[in-house]
Amino acid sequence: MKPSTANESVESEADETGLPWLRTWNQVYLLVIIHFAIWILLLVALTDCFS
Amino acid sequence: MSALDFVVLIGSMLGIAAYGVWHTRGNRGLNTYLKGDSKTAWFAIGLSVMATQASAITFLSTPGQGYLDGLGFVQIYFGLPIALIIIAAVFLPMFRRLNVYTAYEYLGRRFDTKTRLLGTALFLVQRGLGAGLTIYAPSIVLATVFAWPLDLTIISSGLVVIVYTVMGGSSAVTVTQKYQLAVIFAGMVTAFCLVVFKLPAGLSFTDTFALAGGFQKLNAVDFSTDVHQRYTFWSGLLGGTFLMLAYFGTDQSQVQRYLGGASLREGRLGLMFNAICKIPMQFFILLLGVLIFVFYQFEQPPLFFNATLSHYLAAHPSDERLHAYETGYQSLHDQANQQLKDWLKARHDGDRAAAAAAFAGALTAHQQGENIREEAEKSLSQISATTTATDADYVFITFILHQLPHGVIGLLVAAFFGAALSSKAAELNALGSSTTVDFYRSIIKRDATDQHSLLATKWFTAFWGLVAIAFALYAHLVENLIQAVNILGSIFYGVMLGLFVVAFFIRHVGGSAVFWSALVSQALIFFLYFTLPISYLWYPLIGCAACVILSIFLQSFFKAVAETGNRNRT
Repeated sequence: MKPSTANESVESEADETGLPWLRTWNQVYLLVIIHFAIWILLLVALTDCFS
Repeated sequence: MSALDFVVLIGSMLGIAAYGVWHTRGNRGLNTYLKGDSKTAWFAIGLSVMATQASAITFLSTPGQGYLDGLGFVQIYFGLPIALIIIAAVFLPMFRRLNVYTAYEYLGRRFDTKTRLLGTALFLVQRGLGAGLTIYAPSIVLATVFAWPLDLTIISSGLVVIVYTVMGGSSAVTVTQKYQLAVIFAGMVTAFCLVVFKLPAGLSFTDTFALAGGFQKLNAVDFSTDVHQRYTFWSGLLGGTFLMLAYFGTDQSQVQRYLGGASLREGRLGLMFNAICKIPMQFFILLLGVLIFVFYQFEQPPLFFNATLSHYLAAHPSDERLHAYETGYQSLHDQANQQLKDWLKARHDGDRAAAAAAFAGALTAHQQGENIREEAEKSLSQISATTTATDADYVFITFILHQLPHGVIGLLVAAFFGAALSSKAAELNALGSSTTVDFYRSIIKRDATDQHSLLATKWFTAFWGLVAIAFALYAHLVENLIQAVNILGSIFYGVMLGLFVVAFFIRHVGGSAVFWSALVSQALIFFLYFTLPISYLWYPLIGCAACVILSIFLQSFFKAVAETGNRNRT
C-alpha cells in the first residue's frame, strides 16, 4: 500500500460537488432518491393502467 | 449480412480498438495498467461503470427477457440507486483514503492476510465463472449470423477479447468504453425506433400498450410478499440493494473503474450518473422486447428463435411429429392474429364487448401455441441433449437479422461486440489485477518489481480469459443468460459484502472471527440455494446478514475464551 498524503489533500477539496444547483453531496443524493421515487410511481401507474 | 453491414461492423470495432491502442501508447507502468492514469473525469467513469455492467448479455438477452416475461425484470434494479448512494458516501472515500489497487487490499489492512485472500477468492471464483457467461453472448451472435458452430465462435471471440485486454490494461478499457457505449446506444435507439416503425398501421401507442398489457407484459411492479416469486418490488428493493451494493462496492471489476477517477468528486458523480440512468435504461431495453412481442403478434414468429433448433427441424424432414408442432403453431398464430385484428377493429369502433371477446380468443390461441412450443421443446431435448432451448437469448438477434435493414444490422452486431469487449475487458483486467496484487505479490513473490508484476498481470489476465472460455463452452445449459449472471453473483456477493460491512462498521470484530463467519455463511448460502426455492435476490441479503451476525457472535466467543485462558494462567 502506498502513502496517501497527496490523495488526502485532493480529497479534502472534494467535499463540494462543483455543481451549480446542488452544492452538497446530501442534495445530490436527495435528487437521486426523488428521481428513483418518480420512476417507481411511473412504473406502478403503467402496471395499473395496462394490466 | 451484406457488404454494408460488414463495413459498419469492422469499421466501428477496429476504429475504437485502434483509438484505444493509440491513446494508451505511452502507458507502460503498473499503476496505469491497473488503475488507469488517475485523471479520469466523472462522465468517463460513469460511462465506464455502466459499460462494465452492461455486457453483451444486457443488450442481447434482456429484450428476450422482455419478450417472454414482460417488464417485471426491471425490479431487480430497484436497489441500485440506494446502493450507489451508500457506496459514494461510505465505500469510495475509504478506498481512496488508503489508495489501494484492489478492494481486497483494504480487507488485508483492516483484518489480516487470510481474510484478504478469502475476499479475493470469492471474487475470482464468481467473476471467473461470470466471465464465461459474458463470452458466451457474442458467440451466440456469431453463430447465428454466420451459422458457425457455437463452440468455434466461443473460442475465437474469447481469444480476441483476451488479446485486446492483455494489450490495453485498465486505461485502454476506460478510454474505449465510452466510444463502445456510444455505438451500443446508437444501435439500441435505432432498433427501438425501427420496431415502433414496423408495428402494423392503425396500431396506435395506446393500442400497443393495451395489447401488451392484455398479455401481461407490462406488469413492471409486483408488490407480492411471496419470497418464492423471483421479481417483486420487495425482493428488488431489499435483496437488490444488497446485490448491487456487493456488485458495485466489492467486485473489483467495478471498484477498479471508479478508483481510476481524478478525485473523490469525479468518482461520486460517476456513480450518481449510473444511479440516475440505470433504471430508465433497463426499462427501455425491456420495453424493446415487449414491442418485439407485439410485432410478432402480427407477423409469424419461428417456432424457436434458437437457430440450432430450427436447423434440426430442417435437417430432419421425415420427423413428422416435430413438423406437426410447427404446423400447429403456425395455425394457432394465424388464429390469434385474426382475433387481434378483430379486437383492434372493435376497439376502434367502441364495441367493448366484441373487443373483449376477440381478445379472449387471441389469448386462448396464444396460450395453445405456447403449449405446443413447450411440447416441441421437450421432444427436442429428449432427442438430443445439445438442442436444449435457451430461446430468450435468440429473440433479439433473430429479429435484427430478419426484420431490420442492412447497415443497421451491422451497427447492432457492432453494438453487441462493443458491449462484449467493454465488459469482458474490464472483467479480465480486474481478475488479472486482483490475482497479481492480492495473491502473487502478497504471497508468492513479495519482492516483485513493478515491471515483473506488470508482466504477471498480463499472464494472469490471459489465464482467466482461458478459464472463461472453458466455462462458456458449458453456458448453453443455463436457462437465460441475464438471469444466470445475476444468480451466480447472488450466491457469492452476500458474503463478500458481509466482509466489507464488518470491516467498515463493526470495528471490534477481528480477522479470525470474520474469516470463519464468512466461510460458514458461504456454506449456508450453498445449502439454501440447493434446498430452499426462494428468489435468488434474497441470497445477498441473507449472506451478508449471516456473515455480520456470526462475526459479532464469534468475536464475543473468542474474547470470552481468551479471557478465560488469561484467568486460568494468572
